[in-house]
Amino acid sequence: MNTISTSFGDSAIMLRRNFKHILRNPVTVFNGALMPVIVMVMFVYVLGGAFNVGERYIEYVTPGMILLAITYGLSGTAVSVSSDMTKGIINRFKAMNVSRGAVLTGHVVATVLSTSVAVAVIIGVAFALGFRSPATPGDWLGAVGIIAATAFATAWLTVALGMAAKTPESAGMAVVPLLLLPFLSSAIAPAAKMGQGVRQFAEYQPFTPIIESLRGLLAGSPSGGYAAAALGWCAGIALVGYLWSRATFSKRA
Amino acid sequence: MSSSAIAVSGLRKAYGDKVVLDGIDFDVAAGSIFSMLGPNGAGKTTTVNVLTTLIKADAGTVRVAGHDVVTATRQVRAVIGVTGQFAAVDELLSGRENLRLMADLKRVRSADRLVTRLLERFDLAESAQMMVAAYSGGMRRKLDLAMTLVGNPQIIFLDEPTTGLDPRSRRTMWEIVRELVADGTTIFLTTQYLEEADQLADRIAVLDKGRLVAQGSPEELKRQVPGTHVRLRFADPRELDAAARVLAGATRDDQELTLRVPSDGGSRSLRALLDRLDEHMINAEEFSVHTPDLDDVFLALTGHASTEAIAQ
Repeated sequence: MNTISTSFGDSAIMLRRNFKHILRNPVTVFNGALMPVIVMVMFVYVLGGAFNVGERYIEYVTPGMILLAITYGLSGTAVSVSSDMTKGIINRFKAMNVSRGAVLTGHVVATVLSTSVAVAVIIGVAFALGFRSPATPGDWLGAVGIIAATAFATAWLTVALGMAAKTPESAGMAVVPLLLLPFLSSAIAPAAKMGQGVRQFAEYQPFTPIIESLRGLLAGSPSGGYAAAALGWCAGIALVGYLWSRATFSKRA
Repeated sequence: MSSSAIAVSGLRKAYGDKVVLDGIDFDVAAGSIFSMLGPNGAGKTTTVNVLTTLIKADAGTVRVAGHDVVTATRQVRAVIGVTGQFAAVDELLSGRENLRLMADLKRVRSADRLVTRLLERFDLAESAQMMVAAYSGGMRRKLDLAMTLVGNPQIIFLDEPTTGLDPRSRRTMWEIVRELVADGTTIFLTTQYLEEADQLADRIAVLDKGRLVAQGSPEELKRQVPGTHVRLRFADPRELDAAARVLAGATRDDQELTLRVPSDGGSRSLRALLDRLDEHMINAEEFSVHTPDLDDVFLALTGHASTEAIAQ
């Protein structure tokens, strides 16, 4: 039997299963797709007017909102990974010749795909709210690359967090820092205007280069430095998430 | 390959300094039902987990369908089906989708036909489109077993398949187990109920605190256990004395004012017993027929009640 095609097939079957889960859980759909839209509308119409960011606020905040759209869907993934591990179903898979990695890959790919939908929605809403971009098709392609890398990296980290959690409830809590990090970056307001301590944190945490590289690409003035830092962070986070997931899976499995 | 579907020798497993399995040996003949009987905490589930490749033993060898569970894990997994103690079903999928998932993972051809057949066989056709989250406990168990049957495994492990089921669902489960064996499948079943082991098993092994304290056919085991008897309770010691005089072979308990009379539990022998009491104008306050249960087996085989194993 060809192991590679088997594990590919198994991953596809698991992906289909995870997709059904996502669509059937109203909370995941709400968190993943609607919540970022609500936050965006709130910031653009309610809070944004009070911020002085040196450009139209919608232009400033859209890259940040794209990041929120990526992170908001993650709690659903963590809960569903943890449910798989804590409810009997994982033992069923383990006692079958199901590819060991398929359970994990299924979750990661499902998360990346559902995140893409959420990001597409938020970009659509941004345009509807007046967002305009001078970006070239090449810039857009770069932005898609950064978004995909971020989604992939955070998905692996989330799978690892879900895998390590003792219960689905605590898995939901474990990703809360990931949901809060964008607020402590230059997503909503420039880091330069933040207080001492918070500012340094915002400048050096991984989400800031991700957002700044997106902001540059969407403004039509890409910055190679930020992009390299962003991709570096993504590669690192993805690797940690992957190794941690594998280790926890084989320990618990 | 030998005719043993499962061969276990010297199996040991400990978690920290808590010994769960303390060197157990047994053989299961292909095409038979083997039942492991024991109270909670005896090590039944641990045994199932080792035999189904879910956990590794500390010592001993286990061969399933002739394959070593440690060195030939894939081959073992290819021929077994497992229904654990807690229904391993996907709550967010419908019954049909759960079965379809199994059929897909096992690359079953004409999966639709198989799924429909299983839904009908397990009486789940009506709720096939319903999400499993809305299923009752009994329905989940049935779906769980149906999922295990996908791909026609040669050897099926059932860990307490009827615990928590109502009597009717329990009967249905027993019927299914019998049908499976009739088709040549080997069944390894754990249970807390002597009646269940008695009804189904060709061989029973009694597990207590990680050791097998007895093995044999149901008949062999029951010979070691006090048989069915009638229990009579009297209003006062005089009446008890009178009854003890007329009923030969009875065992009396002066404190409880009861008399235990061996009996086959049949209506004829019960009538004879009652007639005898009537002849001597003896009246019993209470009359009940007892069949041996797990507690009797444990008392007879280990000298302690099955509940003590839970408490310790």
